[in-house]
Amino acid sequence: MSPRLLVALAGQPNCGKSTVFNALTGARQHIANYPGVTVEKKVGAFQFAGLRVELVDLPGTYSLTSYSLEERVARDFLLNENPSAVINVADAASIKRSLYFTLQVLEMGLPVVVDVNRMDVARRRGVTLDHRCLSRLLGVEVIPTSFKAGKGRKRLLEALDRLVKAPGGGPAPVFAVDYGPMEPMVRDLEKALTDLPGLSGPARPRWLAVKLMEGDDEARRMVAGAPDAGALLARADRLRADFESEQGEAPEQHTAYRRYHAVDHLVRECVTLEKTPRVPLSDRVDLVVCHRLAGPAILVLVIYGIYWLAIVQGERLLGLSWDLLLGARTVLQALLPAPGLVTEPVFRTFALWFADSINSLLIYAPVFFILFFLIAVLEDMGYMPRMAFMLDRIFRRFGLHGQSTLPMVLGGVYAGGCAVPGIMSCRGIPDQRARHATILIIPMLNCLAKVPLYVLMVEAFFPQHKGPAMFFISTIALLMALPVAKVLSLTVLKNMESAPFLMEMPPYNLPGVLAVAGVAFQRVWLYIRKIVTVVAAVAVVLFVLFHLPGLSPERKAHYENLGGRALEEFFASVRSNPLAPDMGEAGIFVLAERWSVMREGGVQALAGGLAWKTPLLERLLAPQAPEERQAARALEAFADRRAEIMGLADTERLTTSLLGRFGRFMEPVTRFAGFDWRVNVALASAVAAKESSVATLGALYQGPNDSTPLAETLRKKDSGFSPRSALALMLFMALYPPCMAAMAMIKAQTGSWKWMAFAVAYPVVLAMSVACLVYTGSGLLGLSGIGAMYAFWGLAMAVTVVMGFIPPAREP
Amino acid sequence: MTLDQMKPKTRGVVRRVSATGALGQRLRDLGVYPGLPVRMIRNAPLKDPMEVEVDGTYLSIRHEEARFVEVDPQ
Repeated sequence: MSPRLLVALAGQPNCGKSTVFNALTGARQHIANYPGVTVEKKVGAFQFAGLRVELVDLPGTYSLTSYSLEERVARDFLLNENPSAVINVADAASIKRSLYFTLQVLEMGLPVVVDVNRMDVARRRGVTLDHRCLSRLLGVEVIPTSFKAGKGRKRLLEALDRLVKAPGGGPAPVFAVDYGPMEPMVRDLEKALTDLPGLSGPARPRWLAVKLMEGDDEARRMVAGAPDAGALLARADRLRADFESEQGEAPEQHTAYRRYHAVDHLVRECVTLEKTPRVPLSDRVDLVVCHRLAGPAILVLVIYGIYWLAIVQGERLLGLSWDLLLGARTVLQALLPAPGLVTEPVFRTFALWFADSINSLLIYAPVFFILFFLIAVLEDMGYMPRMAFMLDRIFRRFGLHGQSTLPMVLGGVYAGGCAVPGIMSCRGIPDQRARHATILIIPMLNCLAKVPLYVLMVEAFFPQHKGPAMFFISTIALLMALPVAKVLSLTVLKNMESAPFLMEMPPYNLPGVLAVAGVAFQRVWLYIRKIVTVVAAVAVVLFVLFHLPGLSPERKAHYENLGGRALEEFFASVRSNPLAPDMGEAGIFVLAERWSVMREGGVQALAGGLAWKTPLLERLLAPQAPEERQAARALEAFADRRAEIMGLADTERLTTSLLGRFGRFMEPVTRFAGFDWRVNVALASAVAAKESSVATLGALYQGPNDSTPLAETLRKKDSGFSPRSALALMLFMALYPPCMAAMAMIKAQTGSWKWMAFAVAYPVVLAMSVACLVYTGSGLLGLSGIGAMYAFWGLAMAVTVVMGFIPPAREP
Repeated sequence: MTLDQMKPKTRGVVRRVSATGALGQRLRDLGVYPGLPVRMIRNAPLKDPMEVEVDGTYLSIRHEEARFVEVDPQ
């Protein structure tokens, strides 16, 4: 085992840090959270010069104070994990701010190599940088790179090699910021800290002294650990107060400004800036893109573009992924223990259930890929901050943030989307409170899987009002999500950290298609790896709820009996057929099942053929001789009858399962929403995947061989449905809790099971209340279905407007 | 005057940053400090936030936050 080297990658947001990380580590990455917090920790490993390097990508932060969670995480890592080296990624294109960060890293006294990345971009913007000069002044190696163009990897690794092999972790940095009038006070504290007995921890005294002058809470806590720290801390407080009254400037302002002055000096010495530092083109683009009228118009076009590419075009690809997954399922079916006459071994049922659960999210992989690709393009181009700039005013009123725009677009703010990438893209929202509010409302938007139920309900109960009904569905999601966001931010979220809006509007950038596709692919892959575990766990729980306690022995016997009769009929009809002995030997119900799978043709036939092709099966699938045709006909009749019996048994098992009992148990409550137990079961079955609701309704309202359209069956008098209860059902679906994949994403983004549980629980209560309000309320007012629809829309609009005027929560 | 009172297309110089806490920190992080030239570029389509240029960096800031940056108009 070669020696292991811990290296940290530190830098500001958008400095190209993740490009560097990917270039160094390749695909060998692992994503987790830092212990106890929601900040993502990316770790990668690579080999070089006989060393095994473990590279930790620290969160991108502008500085290393203790104001935000990300900063605390990055700083704690540098202080406590004692990395063998720190690679500080600086952005040549905004070198001043980058060096401001570099100085803070150097102040911590760690072995550092500075990677000045994006040299090519800087050059295009007229910035020339002399890295040797910088290296001389800073006292550490400075390596110019352009990682996006694939330049500099080797040089950076060589520098890293020199750094870690140098005695004592490389030369001590010679550069120290001169704090001017504060210097005596810093020295005073530094000396006191050096002499303080019992001060533990790896922090350098000078760094600690500066932090104490800045009034940094974490630094105070570190010092407070020593037995005689009281006097020292009191001294620091006095010095702070003295400084502020003498200089008329807060100490933390002073230190920052002195650092910037030091940076100014470095830049004057080593960097030549052309007269126009920003690409004038970017300015001119913004004249249009952020224009009062053109800006919003372009925004609408971009949103529509995302919708059209990912949802309209993506849906076509769904057919493709569906075929692939179905093929895989068929192969699995072949490998599992054989089914019985009309029952299956539990293991088989479970394995297929499990596969279907996983497939229900893998099927969306193409849509995810397109969405992730588009996110990466917009991020790379620099359009995201412009979106936030234009819409912040509206979103802020509802406890959200300008940067909630993209997550909401992806989640399906108008016509269709997916909560998973929506929640995933909340990562960029700096304001913790607004980020949580956004994550919690995204599942309320119009996700693709809700659409089948909407279509069915509109078809069945609002056929004369299709236009208004579709408009209602498209807009009501937002009209419910905004007030809910406001309520959440005023209540459960009110104690969360909020952050200033202030953000950079970086110059536009032409995205590199390959790089962007790489990022998108990587995100899809990571996402799949990450959520499969959660989906698996939830699938097991749901399996129990759906399948236990199972049919009673008597009912089982009843179905076995029916199956036995079908079998007898089959054997009677093939008694004189020469193929009968062969068919009997192959196990007739196994044969029946394989035959009906392969009969479907396409991928299923292909996969089935690979798995279990026999001469007998082949003859029955393409019968030639009269006896083959007769045997095939008999087999078909038996296979159909068997499927029918199994369907009946399934429905009965579902209605008597824990979930089915729950459906009946809830009837006294859901009566007020116009739902009978069958609707309850259908809604409960949608927990696994929302698309299932329509299939379950079909199974409960129609027998397996009923060919009447479901919409027509539901419209019949005895169905218990009315336009009003259909409206209540649609609204319940609109507010439905997140699906398994989205739950997994919420867990990942909030880092807490508690928030995930909340995200599942509050929509249930809300959905039930809204459904009852609509059904019972419209009944009391004597409204028709469409009348209730208009009334509810008006009510939601009014609530949204009122909520917008309530002042936001105070700072905690 | 304060930054939020600047009219689009006017220029000034940062005189003092009176923001404390997280906002003060963020302003320092993004490189807003006394003596730098500042240019008000535009308001957002809905009037808030605003976009300003401080010494070559383009920033988007809400009016209520810009109140804490004092400027000398030019």
